[in-house]
Amino acid sequence: MKIKEIYDEMDYGAAPESSLEAHNWLEKHNYDFGNFINGKWKSCKNHFDTINPSNNKVLARIGQSSQADVDAAVKAARTAQKKWSSESDHKRARILYAIARLLQKNSRLFAVLETLDNGKPIRESRDIDIPLAQRHFYYHAGMAQLMKAELPNRAPIGVCGQIIPWNFPLLMLSWKIAPAIAMGNAVVLKPAEYTSLTALLFAELCVSAGVPKGLINIVTGDGKVGEMIVSHTDINKIAFTGSTEVGKLIREKTAGSGKSLTLELGGKSPFVVFDDADLDSAIEGVVDAIWFNQGQVCCAGSRLLVHEAIAEKFYKKLKARMKTLRLGNPLDKSIDMGAIIDKKQHEKINRMVSLSNGKVYQADIPLPEEGCFFSPTLITDLHTADPLMQEEIFGPVLVSTTFRTPSEAIELSNNTTFGLAASIWSENINLCLELAPKIKAGVVWINGTNMFDAAAGFGGLKQSGFGREGGWEGLLAYSKSKKLSPAIIKGKPVKKQISRVDHIDRTAKLYIGGKQCRPDSGYSQTIFDYQGKPVTQVPLSNRKDIRNAVEAMNSAKAWSHSTAHLRAQILYYLAENLSARTVEFTNNLQLLTGRADAKIEVEASIQRLFFYAAWADKFDGSARSVPLKAIALVMNEAIGNCAVICDDRYPLLGFISAMAPLFATGNRSIIIPSEPFSPIVTDFYQVLDTSDVPPGSVNILTGKHTDLAIELASHMDIESVWSFSTSDVSRDIEKASVSNLKRTWVSNGEKRDWYNEESQGKQFLTNSTENKTIWIPYGE
Amino acid sequence: MNENFIKRNDGSELDVDWVMSQTANTSAIERRATTLGTRRSIKKDHQAAWLLRAISCIDLTTLSGDDTEGRVRRLCAKGIQPIRPDLTRALGITNLHVGAICVYHEMIGTAITALGNSGIPVAAVSTGFPAGLSPLSTRLLEINESVAAGAKEIDIVISRRHVLTQNWRELFNEVKAFRSACGEAHLKTILATGELGSLRNVARASMVCMMAGADFIKTSTGKESVNATLATSIVMVRAIRDYYEQTGFKIGYKPAGGISKAKDALVYLSLMKEELGNDWVDASLFRFGASSLLGDIERQLEHYLTGSYSANYRHPLG
Repeated sequence: MKIKEIYDEMDYGAAPESSLEAHNWLEKHNYDFGNFINGKWKSCKNHFDTINPSNNKVLARIGQSSQADVDAAVKAARTAQKKWSSESDHKRARILYAIARLLQKNSRLFAVLETLDNGKPIRESRDIDIPLAQRHFYYHAGMAQLMKAELPNRAPIGVCGQIIPWNFPLLMLSWKIAPAIAMGNAVVLKPAEYTSLTALLFAELCVSAGVPKGLINIVTGDGKVGEMIVSHTDINKIAFTGSTEVGKLIREKTAGSGKSLTLELGGKSPFVVFDDADLDSAIEGVVDAIWFNQGQVCCAGSRLLVHEAIAEKFYKKLKARMKTLRLGNPLDKSIDMGAIIDKKQHEKINRMVSLSNGKVYQADIPLPEEGCFFSPTLITDLHTADPLMQEEIFGPVLVSTTFRTPSEAIELSNNTTFGLAASIWSENINLCLELAPKIKAGVVWINGTNMFDAAAGFGGLKQSGFGREGGWEGLLAYSKSKKLSPAIIKGKPVKKQISRVDHIDRTAKLYIGGKQCRPDSGYSQTIFDYQGKPVTQVPLSNRKDIRNAVEAMNSAKAWSHSTAHLRAQILYYLAENLSARTVEFTNNLQLLTGRADAKIEVEASIQRLFFYAAWADKFDGSARSVPLKAIALVMNEAIGNCAVICDDRYPLLGFISAMAPLFATGNRSIIIPSEPFSPIVTDFYQVLDTSDVPPGSVNILTGKHTDLAIELASHMDIESVWSFSTSDVSRDIEKASVSNLKRTWVSNGEKRDWYNEESQGKQFLTNSTENKTIWIPYGE
Repeated sequence: MNENFIKRNDGSELDVDWVMSQTANTSAIERRATTLGTRRSIKKDHQAAWLLRAISCIDLTTLSGDDTEGRVRRLCAKGIQPIRPDLTRALGITNLHVGAICVYHEMIGTAITALGNSGIPVAAVSTGFPAGLSPLSTRLLEINESVAAGAKEIDIVISRRHVLTQNWRELFNEVKAFRSACGEAHLKTILATGELGSLRNVARASMVCMMAGADFIKTSTGKESVNATLATSIVMVRAIRDYYEQTGFKIGYKPAGGISKAKDALVYLSLMKEELGNDWVDASLFRFGASSLLGDIERQLEHYLTGSYSANYRHPLG
């Protein structure tokens, strides 16, 4: 084309980034890769091809790992971890820093290789993926340096099995590896089978960075290799990013294994546009929300909710904008959208769109003839029941409906099983800050979208998974509480039998919605004292009682928006009222347990109420320093409906230790008290009644732990279940929690010392809350 | 050139509701501005062609107290032949000249004579440029005189105080009066965006100027401490789009001040193309108010042709 012709036409020409260096690197490896285990390349018996989805050409062949390979990797990691965890914080920090530096020095090679393997535009891999990956290592170099000083009670978990997706290959690797090694863990990481190359290049970089042998192991392969990692008995922690479907399988598979687990799963995130928004900027927001990375983003703003008054105007603007999107060779620097990862994914998107009941709009823009390209798509006129409004498409398809009021916008936003992210667009800060806490999502962007930073936690609620990546909260996923030595209890042994003061048969019922209720079953269980004499009977709850208690919790939702001061006041009041009845509770505790430390338990319980009363208005969120003109607020929000099965051994302290942090942080709870000693807790009803505890905020159901555990864990409207029971219910709870991917915290049969410092404090508070990161950009 | 097809803006009534409905979320706009240059890349032949197009959109300007006739004649000569003839030949382009020569009133005659039959219009800054605080009567008289002297384009400055006090009616009346004084000459309204306090004000002032009949809206006098920025430009071109969608009139855009690199010129052209379409990458609807930009473009073009980086002294002084 002559200059003059271009001068007249003024179109964009091709501006491809060179892939020469990336191809040289592939050639250096003979286009053939094995695993990276114990600091060395190890070839595999079987292989598969990795393909450039933009032209369907084979890039290289990748090893399909065997069980022996995975075993070798875990073994290497185990050995390396022991030494690594004893290295100084500074030593670990230096290694992370070296990785960050090397990523920066080789940034273009990583970007080009990522684009070749994944099909994403070079602009994104160059300007977003790779810089964020570097930033993650820099940030966590700092975390390694600060571990002893700032996290004195945390210890490494051990060997981490990490399984990552294909949409942000190197970035997800960084999100997994950086916090893991910063906290003294070792890693066996499996990249997605479609996109292994940057992980393998990273392995090479590890050698140059001086990463100790075996600390970081990369094993490649398909889902079968993932399964080998998940079920490996010598792995302490599984971290998975990927589909909700696979996440649920992993939850089931790891149930009862004692492995810690974090899941970062799918989403159907709302993108809410109010009538007073800067609509043109919101349009650009949509582009970044759903056409970033071809819409293959777990937190993609894929559900557009528009104020009805401006919907037509907005759709018109959006359609006009869609016409200027450019699809094509992902290496071209003037491309907005590259290729879909694989033919299978392309077919899936196509199928979902073709079954749509809405109005489908696709801009008339040229698509390349070969390769997996999918036109940006807008589907309007959809109702909430439409599968496309509910299911994750994971492609460049935006679905939309309208709302009338802010409260309807909230309802529609939350009308999903997912809870990963949300964008809110309005020029009214009051409106934005009203919505931000009410939308159930781990990340909320105000007048922005898809903003990420290592300092600001990322992760979901509901079926979008659990655990956070980034920030201080992200470190919880890669460290555990240090074991403390047991507290020494002094107390006089029981010399004489104490009988209950009143001999009138006391009627213990269930405590639901602030009232005492009879159990649905009409059955009771006899309770014996420590000498085996029957003392009283308590009701046996069943699933219907749980249902009723959940209804009561739902009626008490206002509790979660109460002031922290009020929550503190009530906890102090509970302590005051319990204190007034110290003698009665001490006697009854002695009668039932025969333990010498009954009085100590009562006093410890009063102290614990004070402890959480103190924390109630001090468990603050924080503002994070992100490298953008924005404030990232990390809020500790109540989880919602929670359930706890208490320790059988310490009926009062075990109950208070679980109830109080949940209450202090604004949760509604169902508490299943100690099975053999439940009358201690049914006696507590009166304390609750006289202490202004709002109806429904605390509900108590007596009964068999083994029966109730599964019912609680499988109830879809309970968001979290804890168990400290001496009954073996941990596995059942973890397994049944798959129903709605509720958070679980189980003892795995380990006995807890309730007098100990580790039985109160941060661990309980963080397990009582969800972190929400709210991004508030500013500027005038 | 699509100059002949542009229907001249008739203006509209002042619609204050429409003016006040203009919003601008600064941080979102800044983010858009930051990535504009990274979302499009114009290389090789395309870069050369786009740079030539940029030259055709330059209002080659001299607005100094020490301007003389000799200085203006030299500038005009540069405007007629903006790049060395050997480069023009090698690029296969003919009839390339800048969009206009922009001077103070006193230099209009000199410029018209110097430009001869080149077809390049003379633009005159007017209305008490740059502060715009002289009496309205003399500001109007200034336009009359400049039009009478042969200026085809009049770059007026608006009264910033009307924007800062949200006196939209006064602003509208003032610009309308300027437009009427211009007659056949095209009216470019300089908003002095660096002095308007917020992007929202920029959007609103843009809208009022267009309602009052502006043919172009222009960012700056070049004398403010902050001149054209990409963020401001995004706001103004979006206002142009809004006005076009509502009225059907295409208003031109002129960023002025601070654009001195060939690379920046490409980003601006790409901004116009992305937000408004190809009609707006043409001198009839787009101008750079710049003096040193041309020199950088010349060097880039020589580099394109020779493969070697060029030097200033190899190109005739403007």
